[in-house]
Amino acid sequence: MAFSVVGKSVQRVDAVAKVTGKAKYTDDFYERDMLVGKILRSPYAHAKVKKIDVSKAKALPGVEAVLTYWDVPHLKFATAGHPYALDPSHRDKEDRFILTDKARFVGDAVAAVVATDELIAQQALQLIEVEYEVLEALTTPEKALGEGAPLIHEDCERNILAARGYHIGDVEASFAESDYVIEGEYETSIVQHCHLENHISYARQDSDGRIIIVSSTQIPHITRRIVAQALGLPWGRVRVLKPYIGGGFGNKQDVCVEPLNAAMTLAVGGRPVKLELSREECMIDTRTRHAFKFKMKTGVSKAGKLKGIQIEAISNTGAYASHGHSIAMSAGTKFRPLYAFESIKYDPVTVYTNLPAAGAMRGYGVPQIQFALESHIEDIVNKLGFDPIEFRRRNLAGVGYVDPLSKNKVYSNGLAECITKGKELIRWEEKQAGYSRQSGDRRRGLGLACFAYASGTHPVGLELSGARIVLNQDGSVQLQIGATEIGQGSDTVFAQMAAEVLGLPMDMVHVISTQDTDITPFDTGAYASRQTYIAGMAVKKAALEVKEKILNFVWGMTDIPAEMLDLKEQNVVYKHSGEVVLPLAEVAMHTYYDTVFAQPITSDTSNNARVNAMSFGVTFAEVEIDLKTGKIEVKEIFNVHDSGKIINPKLAEGQVHGGVSMGIGYALSEQMLFDEETGKPLNNNLLDYKLPTIMDTPDIGVAFVETEEPSGAFGVKSLGEPPAISPAPAIRNAVLAATGVKFNRLPMNPQRVFEKFKQAGLI
Amino acid sequence: MYNIKGYLDACTVSEAIELLAQNPNLRIIAGGTDVLIKMQHGQFQEAELLSIRTLESMADIKKLEDGTMIIGALATFSQIFNDPIIQAEIPALAEAAVSMGGPQIRNIATIGGNICNGATSADSASTLFALNASLRLESKTGARLVPIREFYLGPGKVDLKPGEILTEFRVAPEDYRGFGGHYIKFAARKAMDIATLGVSVMCKVAAKTLTEVRIGLGVAGPTPLRCVEAEEFAKGQEISKDTLAQIGKLAVKSTNARTSWRASKEYREHLVEELVQRALKTAIVRAGGEELA
Ligand SMILES: Cc1cc2nc3c(=O)[nH]c(=O)nc-3n(C[C@H](O)[C@H](O)[C@H](O)COP(=O)(O)OP(=O)(O)OC[C@H]3O[C@@H](n4cnc5c(N)ncnc54)[C@H](O)[C@@H]3O)c2cc1C
Repeated sequence: MAFSVVGKSVQRVDAVAKVTGKAKYTDDFYERDMLVGKILRSPYAHAKVKKIDVSKAKALPGVEAVLTYWDVPHLKFATAGHPYALDPSHRDKEDRFILTDKARFVGDAVAAVVATDELIAQQALQLIEVEYEVLEALTTPEKALGEGAPLIHEDCERNILAARGYHIGDVEASFAESDYVIEGEYETSIVQHCHLENHISYARQDSDGRIIIVSSTQIPHITRRIVAQALGLPWGRVRVLKPYIGGGFGNKQDVCVEPLNAAMTLAVGGRPVKLELSREECMIDTRTRHAFKFKMKTGVSKAGKLKGIQIEAISNTGAYASHGHSIAMSAGTKFRPLYAFESIKYDPVTVYTNLPAAGAMRGYGVPQIQFALESHIEDIVNKLGFDPIEFRRRNLAGVGYVDPLSKNKVYSNGLAECITKGKELIRWEEKQAGYSRQSGDRRRGLGLACFAYASGTHPVGLELSGARIVLNQDGSVQLQIGATEIGQGSDTVFAQMAAEVLGLPMDMVHVISTQDTDITPFDTGAYASRQTYIAGMAVKKAALEVKEKILNFVWGMTDIPAEMLDLKEQNVVYKHSGEVVLPLAEVAMHTYYDTVFAQPITSDTSNNARVNAMSFGVTFAEVEIDLKTGKIEVKEIFNVHDSGKIINPKLAEGQVHGGVSMGIGYALSEQMLFDEETGKPLNNNLLDYKLPTIMDTPDIGVAFVETEEPSGAFGVKSLGEPPAISPAPAIRNAVLAATGVKFNRLPMNPQRVFEKFKQAGLI
Repeated sequence: MYNIKGYLDACTVSEAIELLAQNPNLRIIAGGTDVLIKMQHGQFQEAELLSIRTLESMADIKKLEDGTMIIGALATFSQIFNDPIIQAEIPALAEAAVSMGGPQIRNIATIGGNICNGATSADSASTLFALNASLRLESKTGARLVPIREFYLGPGKVDLKPGEILTEFRVAPEDYRGFGGHYIKFAARKAMDIATLGVSVMCKVAAKTLTEVRIGLGVAGPTPLRCVEAEEFAKGQEISKDTLAQIGKLAVKSTNARTSWRASKEYREHLVEELVQRALKTAIVRAGGEELA
């Protein structure tokens, strides 16, 4: 089908506002006499708060309130940004208080101050006297699972948050029928999102005493619910606004600062209070990516067919549950449509430790498992002497795969074409031949890795999304969506979809970018790569409804039956010939001012999407390794994606650039480090945490294999998270090809590479 | 959030010296890229700052008639990198300058601040060590000239007496003329990073021998340092792979690396051995020697 706006690289709707600095972020919502909130953090990883004396802090001029555990409601709440579940057994783990009486990681919030300025607030924190009873710090899952280890949360035996797995088919039988059974162990690191804008919110009470919160969040409607739950308020007493936001990557799919911010404003009679985390705070007291350890065991036939796989996983969720329980399940679920395994046994255990809480981060457990799986596949290929590309190709599950557990069906799968395209782009064969006999201190190698991903969370989570469209007098429309723009470009693609259906140019679609839970249609937020797919359906549905109403109105005006009409280039036209019947603006004026028939045209739609679409892709990487220094450089990298129809190629490319750069950091340099004894963070700042700069990022090659996904609006599938999944294993496999050394632990930073090369006798 | 108690702006060097003499609590702020970070981390409370940024005379880079190179303490790293005299005469210092921070930081950070801050990782330090640079320190009681190797007293500690201000660096003609040099910054990132190791090598060659070699290292000990043993060995040696290998090995002897969560002692020493050789290889070519295969 030919589209006029969809599929075009139109300019972002917020481009000018952002580059001219006119876009307002949370910190720009300054109010007169705004107070500042600050948090007192535990210096111990595991300690009971015996006593807090706040009298000196309270006496400091300029201090308006001091809060401790004893000043906030004692209602345990969950922070994960999931839709509420009517079924209590399906709800997130409630294990938090606004302020705690037991510190569970270095940096846990034990008290807070509200003061007239930041300096006074900071000084007041130093005047708070806390007496702790220090407990053993459990800094690794092994320690936390150990015999006699203290409990981090009283109600979780052996510090296990969740240990639910599954069994598909019979792996033991598959192993028995296999010609080879191969095992491997793989490990990933704790990393952080490092979004540009740190967590920030401000809160006040309005004249009716309702709590108003402006927050840099991916999930305004969920935030409203969780703040109300944490404070024991009716949900309608809370209103959340989401302005422009400087990135989230999942870290703002969690409620981190808002409940405390709300408690702060309540403590000062509803005056506005700003609560902004520094980078150092943000890196420990928001969320991190779960570190996983995997043991994999796979049966393979002589012909190179994957038979059965058994996966044991230990996931380190840190001090609080957040998304922990569902991330281990997501990891075990999303890879299934990739390869045609006869049987799978997945045994995860998610463990609490005295480290910062891990939560949602781009890929939601999948970058971890794909690092392990694609490294494991490579190890199998190497051991048995198969070709890495052909081996993968031969084992693809392909179109028609029905997931035995979720019942999701794969209707489109362009992975085989993605692999072909990637192989050509990197010039695999030509280069491979050149790299077969290398000597010297610099070695080059090629590697690849595949992935599969979902679009949204169905059937695990509710996929409800709302859109509202209003036709203006001039024939333009307002588009309001509950789904949040967090930099990924969703506002632009929604505008494209509405413009396409309504026959409008982009500048006649006005997107309301700010979400306001009082006004905005209900949607659960930006996560799970769901927006273009899920919210796209709602936008299309709303636009079709507006179109229908317009055409019916014109039928009333002209006697031409609606089904003979269409909308094109701001006109109502004959469907068969394209001949103009009426300009849309003229019709719009009649909908407002016709003395008999006036009725403004709007649509207020919600869509409950009970479908899911699998997206696929592959990374091809070429690396050069300096054997003597242990430095690995990515020379070329190509990500080829099947994300269905691409609505905006430029924006899609941008998504891939961002994701790949994240994947490169994950592969080569990023990791959060903690003192093993005390749990103190060692590198919670951007100097010591090695987030790659643009200078460290090679040109990133991007290509798409466009398939037609029948379940998505305009044929789309997910693209938000997928680009971050496969770069790390592709780079790891390229290093293996170049050096013969297996890196089964991330990151492959120079120190670690040096150690492994030394072991291997390369230096 | 900066806890600033007072802020003064000096218009001339003598005024700055006078103000410093009157109030020993004043802390000099040049580019502020170390001072402000320390204040933010609470290392200086209630700071009383004396800004010297407007003292233009202290930002000059020039060559005196006798060939002495003068680099004003307030010269920024962008200025040093772009300076035609530095590029022509001491390219290793230009390399060090551009390896530092990112464009914004280089536009404001000064070489004087880099050295007075006393960090072993200061990117300009190893090259200034290899150049035998000296520092001109002025105070109300007069001026003194201190060789850079004597200026560093310990980690974060320099020989800056109360009331003193660093006005310029001096490099004598015999310390740069005829030398080829090269600076290697080894860090996890290509920008915005602290060096895991900084290696600056200067050398002179005649025919096929090394007539002089100077090796300055950063982050190989608590302060920047010179590899004296290796330098002495190198003098008069024929240029060969083997010579370089021995120089690399000997260089390690002057270091005092530690294991920390950033890198192990073993790895740091390995890097010293390897990168000293690499820097020297390039320096030899720049000094007019032949390239080693
Ligand atoms: C983002 C960032 C990246 C950085 N990257 C690097 C890097 O790659 N390499 C590197 O080496 N450094 C780096 N730094 C550190 C810093 O920028 C440098 O050390 C810089 O040279 C300091 O110069 P300044 O003018 O900003 O010093 P200031 O902060 O103004 O002063 C530093 C110290 O020197 C004293 N001082 C300054 N000038 C004089 C003077 N003329 N006389 C007496 N005392 C004086 C001050 O009192 C203070 O104690 C970085 C800093 C930041 C914030």
